[in-house]
Amino acid sequence: MTRIRRVELLGGVLLLLLIWLIVYPLILVLIEGFRGPQGWTLDFVRSFLQPHEASALWGSVWISLVSVLLAAMVGIPLAFLFGRYDFPGRKILGWLVALPAVLPPLVGVIAFLFLYGESGFVSLMIQRLLGLEQPPWMLQGAGAILLVHAYSMYVYFYLFTRAGLASLDASVLEAAASLGAGRWRTLRRVVLPLLYPSLGGAALLTFMTSLASFSAPYIFGGGFRVMTTQIVATRLNGDDELAMIETVSLTMVALIALWMLRGPRRLDSLAGGRKGMAPVRVRVQRRGVRLALALLGWGLAVLLLLPHLTLLLVSFVPLGTWTTEPLPPAYTWRNYLTLLEDPVRARPLFNSLWLASASTVAAVAIALAAGILSVRSRVPGRGLIEGLLALPWAVPGTVFAIALATAFSVRAPLAGRFVLVGTLWILPLAYLVRNLPITSRAVLAGFRALDPSLDEAAATLGAGRWRTLRQVTLPLLRPALLAGASLAFVTAFGDFVTSIMLYTYDTRPISLEILSSLRQSDVGVAAAYGVVLMAVSAAVFALGADQGSGG
Amino acid sequence: MTFLRLEGLTKRFGEMAAVDGLSLTIERGEMLSLLGPSGSGKTTTLRLLAGFESPDQGRVMVEGDDVTRLEPVTRRFGMVFQHYALFPHLDVAQNLAFGLESLGVSGEELERRVARALALVDLAGFERRRIGQLSGGQQQRVALARALAPEPRVLLLDEPLSNLDPSLRERTRREIRELIRRVGITTVLVTHEQDEAFDLGDRVAVLRRGRLEQVGTPEDLYASPANEFVAEFVGRSSSIGVMILGPADRGLRVIIEGAEWDLTDTNAAPAGPALMVVRPEALRLMSPAPRALIGTVTERRFTGAASLFTILTEGGASLEVTGPPRSVRAGERVGIMPSRRAGGGIHLFPRALP
Ligand SMILES: Nc1ncnc2c1ncn2[C@@H]1O[C@H](COP(=O)(O)OP(=O)(O)O)[C@@H](O)[C@H]1O
Ligand SMILES: [Mg+2]
Repeated sequence: MTRIRRVELLGGVLLLLLIWLIVYPLILVLIEGFRGPQGWTLDFVRSFLQPHEASALWGSVWISLVSVLLAAMVGIPLAFLFGRYDFPGRKILGWLVALPAVLPPLVGVIAFLFLYGESGFVSLMIQRLLGLEQPPWMLQGAGAILLVHAYSMYVYFYLFTRAGLASLDASVLEAAASLGAGRWRTLRRVVLPLLYPSLGGAALLTFMTSLASFSAPYIFGGGFRVMTTQIVATRLNGDDELAMIETVSLTMVALIALWMLRGPRRLDSLAGGRKGMAPVRVRVQRRGVRLALALLGWGLAVLLLLPHLTLLLVSFVPLGTWTTEPLPPAYTWRNYLTLLEDPVRARPLFNSLWLASASTVAAVAIALAAGILSVRSRVPGRGLIEGLLALPWAVPGTVFAIALATAFSVRAPLAGRFVLVGTLWILPLAYLVRNLPITSRAVLAGFRALDPSLDEAAATLGAGRWRTLRQVTLPLLRPALLAGASLAFVTAFGDFVTSIMLYTYDTRPISLEILSSLRQSDVGVAAAYGVVLMAVSAAVFALGADQGSGG
Repeated sequence: MTFLRLEGLTKRFGEMAAVDGLSLTIERGEMLSLLGPSGSGKTTTLRLLAGFESPDQGRVMVEGDDVTRLEPVTRRFGMVFQHYALFPHLDVAQNLAFGLESLGVSGEELERRVARALALVDLAGFERRRIGQLSGGQQQRVALARALAPEPRVLLLDEPLSNLDPSLRERTRREIRELIRRVGITTVLVTHEQDEAFDLGDRVAVLRRGRLEQVGTPEDLYASPANEFVAEFVGRSSSIGVMILGPADRGLRVIIEGAEWDLTDTNAAPAGPALMVVRPEALRLMSPAPRALIGTVTERRFTGAASLFTILTEGGASLEVTGPPRSVRAGERVGIMPSRRAGGGIHLFPRALP
């Protein structure tokens, strides 16, 4: 029975570690938010009577709601197009269209800037075509934020709806047809209700992502503030107390939203109990319709990929040469060479690589431990462990940045607080916390999918725990581990929102270098770094997905 | 000599006892079938034997040694899992080598023993196959070979045929039986199929709700079931309420829905109400007659040489009777009498009036 005790002990250690990393910093912020210099106060309430605070919070909420709507309007029809109809180029387009999912938000934002910004490619073209004095529009304010959100978050609806469609049982649709339901009625009465869980999941994900969104409001917001940018601005102004209060309020909105939107996700079981064949795609027979669908598909794909193509283009433009011409007059490798040759400018690349790697290794290790303890050994408190691992998902990155900055800027070892802010360690730690939900989700799912009798079979064959872990469990978990690791790496590698609050000069990551290059109007280097970010992210993600399905 | 002994094993999950005071002895080299309906505690018993569950009460003894608290790793009980649990990332030979490596076997000795185990299940030459490339039947044999390769003390099989196509089952059953006889290993097999239990087991233990109802050779169980549950569960039968009047000139006199029968070939039972469990071949059909039980044919099924008729009696009981094909038609009124060669196919179990 001592074995059981040891497992329980390890479970306790993991639980403490998670509490220290995730809950403790949040609680410290909460306390500081409610406590002024002279004890407990209700400044919290008072500050929200100030118009700009309330409007930032409201801005966060309505931007998120509209983002959900817009993302759904793009993503759902796209999913039906690619999920239900067969036309030339469907496969590759279907894959390309999902690409924005793996690209760091900041890349999308600067790509938009180069394309539709004041001096962007499209804006200039229109200005010239119409002979205008001014750019035809300003990419600024709520409209710009919504545009970027719709563009980067439709992918959630697209992927969730496609997964939902693929898991439909063809015989259910056939049953509806045999009961005399036409296409429209089948869609309304059968297909959509079966898709609700998927759509609910996508809506929740979009809402939370857009509530936490920082890059788009930061770059395009202008005078329009949402809570995330408001927090950073307050903090940069040195008003730490107000920043805490704002942090607390954003967290509350996030948690309330999570709680309110939980409903549809409970229906997971509805789509889960799947048996039978997925519906076959409708092979479009009529030539004209086929052509139209193919054109539509290609057109959409080009439209959606245009920002990234622009980024690529800009990365080859020498400093200050492209002003008003429709296409750049000259091309160069210079921007990329700068990254490689100038040690100061190459530094962020190496920083991002090691920061992301370190946090990924740590996240995978913790997820693995959680899998062994929670799924395998079923230690008491496993629900809590899994809940804690999922928690950072619901908390915006800005909030965690503030929380970690608060918790780890004080030296009080007995209270579990150390000075990490300003050191090398705060960024990997922040990335780790942010990555725990997505990594552990992949790894725990991998553990759940393992047949527990494989472990038992190993035991009857005389293999001890360690040998079973090494020779049976880990090899079988490889796809899940790789998937979890690649997601973690990609997120950390492109992180902007936590980095901007916690970086030091020595640990400045790529995203911060992009920002400072943009500020210095060194557009080419910013674009080159954007391309690097994009390429590494896509490559790592493809590697994870490929190994994941092949292994 | 008793090789494996289960002594009063009890395992509770919450309030419910999945296995309840189970005692059994198994001889060296014997093959015992655990038979029972779904949920009767068969798998739990097997897992108690393998060491995956620890009993709340009772002991497992091997050759007089108490192994109850031994970890599965050191118990040296081989097990074939219901879904085989083959390691999908290893090939066939690596699967077979897994248990041998635990014993420290390596090099040529390892190869030799893997090859021998593969030959045992007739899969020589399959060493480098991936598990996914094997048919269900082949996977089953690899699982068997993997369990046998380290030469365990006891072999445990959980529903070994349930994952196979019905067309494959009979053949695989024969193969398993021959293989285990050849190896001579002490075996406990779990199944809910009576055919399998009878065909494979030297003896059969019938479980219900975690309790042992009866253990014996297939012939014993069939000819003298200890109670109604065993009688109904083992073999095809139907049951009907009767009143036992007492000994008659020839055999025992009973009244069934007003018909008086003298049963010559049945178990002794005291006078009073009873349940009669009767096999189809122990009854015969005739035209309605004074001493016959009267009913209507509701269904006729061909089973080869004879047909199986379902008769609804006037009292509302449903009885199955074997008879020559086409002897009666559905809807016809018939009489039923005990056949002259009942062959131990009628059992009486006294019970209180409802
Ligand atoms: N791990 C468990 N936890 C709770 N109940 C269980 C567990 N394993 C089995 N049971 C219950 O014990 C009873 C016997 O189960 P089992 O041994 O699997 O029966 P069988 O193999 O004969 O179908 C069932 O009612 C089952 O639900
Ligand atoms: Mg079972």
